[in-house]
Amino acid sequence: MAEALAVSPPVAARRHPTLRVVVYAVTRLAALFAAVVVGVYLTILVANMGGYVDQIKRAEIREQVALAVSLDESMRRLPADVRQRIAEQMVRNEERRLGLDRPFLARSVTYLRDALLLRLGFAERMTSDTGSRLVRRILLDRLPATLLLFLSAQLLLFFSSLAFALALSRRYGSLADRIVVALAPTSAAPAWFYGIFLILVFAAWLRWLPFGGMVDAPPPEGALAYATSVLRHMVLPLAALALSSIFLSVYAWRTFFLIFSSEDYVELARAKGLPGSLVERRYVLRPTLPTIVTSFALGLIGAWTGAIVLETVFNWPGLGRALYQAVGLYDTPVIVGTTILYAYLLAITVFALDLVYAILDPRVRVGVGAEG
Amino acid sequence: MRELVRYPSAVAGLCILAFLVALSVYAVVAIPYGEAIRLWSGGEALWARNPRHARPEWMGWLWGGRLPRTLVVRSTEVPAQERDLGGGVRQLEFALPFDYPYRRFPPELAVFLRADYREQAPQVELGWRTPDGSQVHLANLSPRRQDVYRVSADGDLRRALGGAPEVVLFSRPGQPGEATPGRYALEVRAYLFEPGSTVQVELVVYGEVHGLAGTDHLRRDLTLPLLWGTPIALAFGLLAAVGSSLSTLLIAAVGAWYGGWVDGLIQRITEVNLILPALPILILIGTLYSRSLWVILGAVVLLGVFGGGIKTYRALFLQVRESPYVEAARAYGVGNLRMVVVYLVPRAVPVLLPQFVTLIPGFVFLEATLALLGLGDPVLPTWGKVIEDAYRAGALYVGHTYWVLQPAAMLVLSGLAFTLLGFALDRVFNPRLREL
Repeated sequence: MAEALAVSPPVAARRHPTLRVVVYAVTRLAALFAAVVVGVYLTILVANMGGYVDQIKRAEIREQVALAVSLDESMRRLPADVRQRIAEQMVRNEERRLGLDRPFLARSVTYLRDALLLRLGFAERMTSDTGSRLVRRILLDRLPATLLLFLSAQLLLFFSSLAFALALSRRYGSLADRIVVALAPTSAAPAWFYGIFLILVFAAWLRWLPFGGMVDAPPPEGALAYATSVLRHMVLPLAALALSSIFLSVYAWRTFFLIFSSEDYVELARAKGLPGSLVERRYVLRPTLPTIVTSFALGLIGAWTGAIVLETVFNWPGLGRALYQAVGLYDTPVIVGTTILYAYLLAITVFALDLVYAILDPRVRVGVGAEG
Repeated sequence: MRELVRYPSAVAGLCILAFLVALSVYAVVAIPYGEAIRLWSGGEALWARNPRHARPEWMGWLWGGRLPRTLVVRSTEVPAQERDLGGGVRQLEFALPFDYPYRRFPPELAVFLRADYREQAPQVELGWRTPDGSQVHLANLSPRRQDVYRVSADGDLRRALGGAPEVVLFSRPGQPGEATPGRYALEVRAYLFEPGSTVQVELVVYGEVHGLAGTDHLRRDLTLPLLWGTPIALAFGLLAAVGSSLSTLLIAAVGAWYGGWVDGLIQRITEVNLILPALPILILIGTLYSRSLWVILGAVVLLGVFGGGIKTYRALFLQVRESPYVEAARAYGVGNLRMVVVYLVPRAVPVLLPQFVTLIPGFVFLEATLALLGLGDPVLPTWGKVIEDAYRAGALYVGHTYWVLQPAAMLVLSGLAFTLLGFALDRVFNPRLREL
C-alpha cells in the first residue's frame, strides 16, 4: 500500500492530505533506516578497527580450548604433540564456527545484520537482572528505567520552560526576566555536575532524599507505595537535569518569542483587541511550532547521551549505567551493544520528530516541498 | 571589540578568561610538562612528607582557629652528641625539638630514617618528650638504608599507650580530647657499628592543612592538577571547538557552493552523524584503543565535523551565494576553491564566533565527563581526574568537600567565562537581539 502510494504521490495527496503525511513518513522512515544502517556499520568499524575485537575473541577461544583439553581425561593419556594437534584443530573449528576465518569485510556484514536485528551476542561478565547473559536481555531490562527518567524529565522541562518563557516575554524587563537572563550561563555545566551537589546537600547533609537508585530496598509492597518510592528517587535526578538546562532554555525561548511577537501580524492582532492568550496561541505559538518541536527532539537526543553520567552519579539502573559498568568491567559486547541501542534510540527520536513535523507543517500536508 | 566592552557580562567573561590564561602560563612556566606528569603519576614515595586528605590552607583560616600544619624537623639541623663505647661501637644522641602551637591533634606521625652502612645496620632507639618533661619510649629500630617508621601505625605502641599514638603523645593525662601546645621533642639514640656509618632522622608531624589546595588520598598536592588542569582544559576546549566549527563551516560552504550531489552527500552524512551516539562512541574508543586526551580530541573533532551546525550555515551560504558580490566575483573568473575560502566562509564569521565561544565549555566539561567515567587521560593531571578520584573515594560522603569543590569551581569558572563572552558576542553580532 505504502509503496503504491510512493509511486504516485501527487494524485493520492491531492485527494487525501493524511495520506500525504503517511507517504512522507514512509519516505523518511526509509531514509532514516538507511542512516541507521550506515551508523551502526560505522560503529562496528570503530569497534573492530584493526581487528581488536577479533583478537579478544581469538584469545578467548584459545583459553577455552586449553581449558577443555586440560580437563578431558582421555586427552591426558595422548602424547603431547597429538594433543597439541587436536587442540589446534579445535581452535580452528571454533574460529570457523564464529566466522573468524572469513575476511573482515564479509564478517562485518554478518556483524551488521546481527546488530540491526539486535542479536548482540553474549556479555563477557555482566548479567541481566534475571541472570541472563544475553546482551539484548541486559540492555532491554535497563531501557525502561532510562525511558522513564529522561522522557518525563524532558517533557516536564520542555513544557515548563515554554510556559515560563511565554510568561517572561509578556513581562519583558521585569526582575524575574533579568534574573533568568543573568542565570542563563549556568547551563554551561552538565546535569551530573549539579547532581553531585544536590546529592551532597539533600542526601548527605539534609537527609531528605535518597542518595540514588530507583526504588527503596527492599521494594515496597503495593503499586502506590512503589510508585511513591520511585518518585522520591526521581526528584534529585530531575532537579539536576532541570538546573542544567532550564535557565538557558527559558532564556532562549523568551528571546525567540520576543522576536516573534514584534512581527507585524502579531501587532495587528493586538491592535484588533484580541485577548493576550489568544494572540499567544494563534499568532505566536502556531507559526513557531516546527521550531519548538525540533528543539524538543534535539533536547531529547542530548538527554539520551547525557544519561550515561547522570545515571552513574545517581545510581539509576538504566542504559547509561549499564554502559558505565561495562566500561569498568571491560565488557566489549555490552559496550558495542549499548552504542547500537543508542543509535536506534536517536533514530527513533529523529523519526518521531519528522512525523510530528509532517502533521504540523502545512507544507507537508498540502504537498509543497514534501520531500523534506 | 570596543562595542564588546560595553557589556558587563563580556568584561566579566574576559576578566575570568585573562585570569585562566595567566594561570595556564604560570603553570606551564613554573612546572614543565614532563615534571608535571612525573609528579602526578610519581606514586606515594614522591609525596611521602605530605599529609593525606589535608584540607587547603584557606579552609584552615575559615575554620576560625588554626588547623595544624605539617611540621618537619631534621637531624641535620640539630647538634648531635657522639660517644665512643669501645669495640668500634659509637653512640649518637640527639633530640629533634619542635613547638606545637595547636589544640587539635595531628592526624599522623612518621619518622623518616636514612642510614649509611656497609653490612651491619645501626640500631636506633626513639623516645618522646612532652612539654612537661615526661618521657615515653617509642620503638627500637634497625633501619634499612631508606626507611619510614610510621608512629601512628605502630600496633605495639598503640597497645602500650592505650590509644592512638598521635593522640596520647600530644595530650596531658588530665585533659583528654585536646592537644596540649608546647615544646615537644623526638629523642634519638643511635648505635653505630661501623666506622663510616651514619644515621639521619626526620620527624614529620602531619598537619590537617596543606598548601593552597590540599592533598588527595595519595598525598598528592592538589595545587598541581588545579594549576595544570587549566592549560589542558583551555587547550582541549579551544582545539575541539576550532576543529569542529571551522571544518563544519568549510563543509557547509562547499556543499552550498557546489550544490548537486556534493550537497546531497553532505546532507546525508549529516543525517547519519545525527544518529551516531557521540558519547558512547567516545567511550568505545577510550575503552578499546587509547585514553590519551589527544586521541579523544581527534575523535571529538571528527564526530563534530558533520554536526547540526551544518544546516544553519548551509541556509546562510545559500543566501550569500545569490548576493551580487559573489556574482561579480564569478564574473571575473574566481575559481571554486577560492570562492569558498575567500568569498563565502568569511561571511559566516559573525554567526560562527558566538557559537564557537559557547561551544567551548561543552568540550571542557566533556573532558571532565570522560574522566568521571574512568576514561580520563592516564598521565595528565586534569580537573576531571581530581573529581573522579574524589568521587571514587566517596569524598562527598566522608566530608572531604574541598576535594570536589575546587576542581568544580575551576570548571564552573572556565564555563562561565566562555558563556558570558559568548552571550555578549551574540548580542554584538546579532543586532536583533540587542534591543531585547
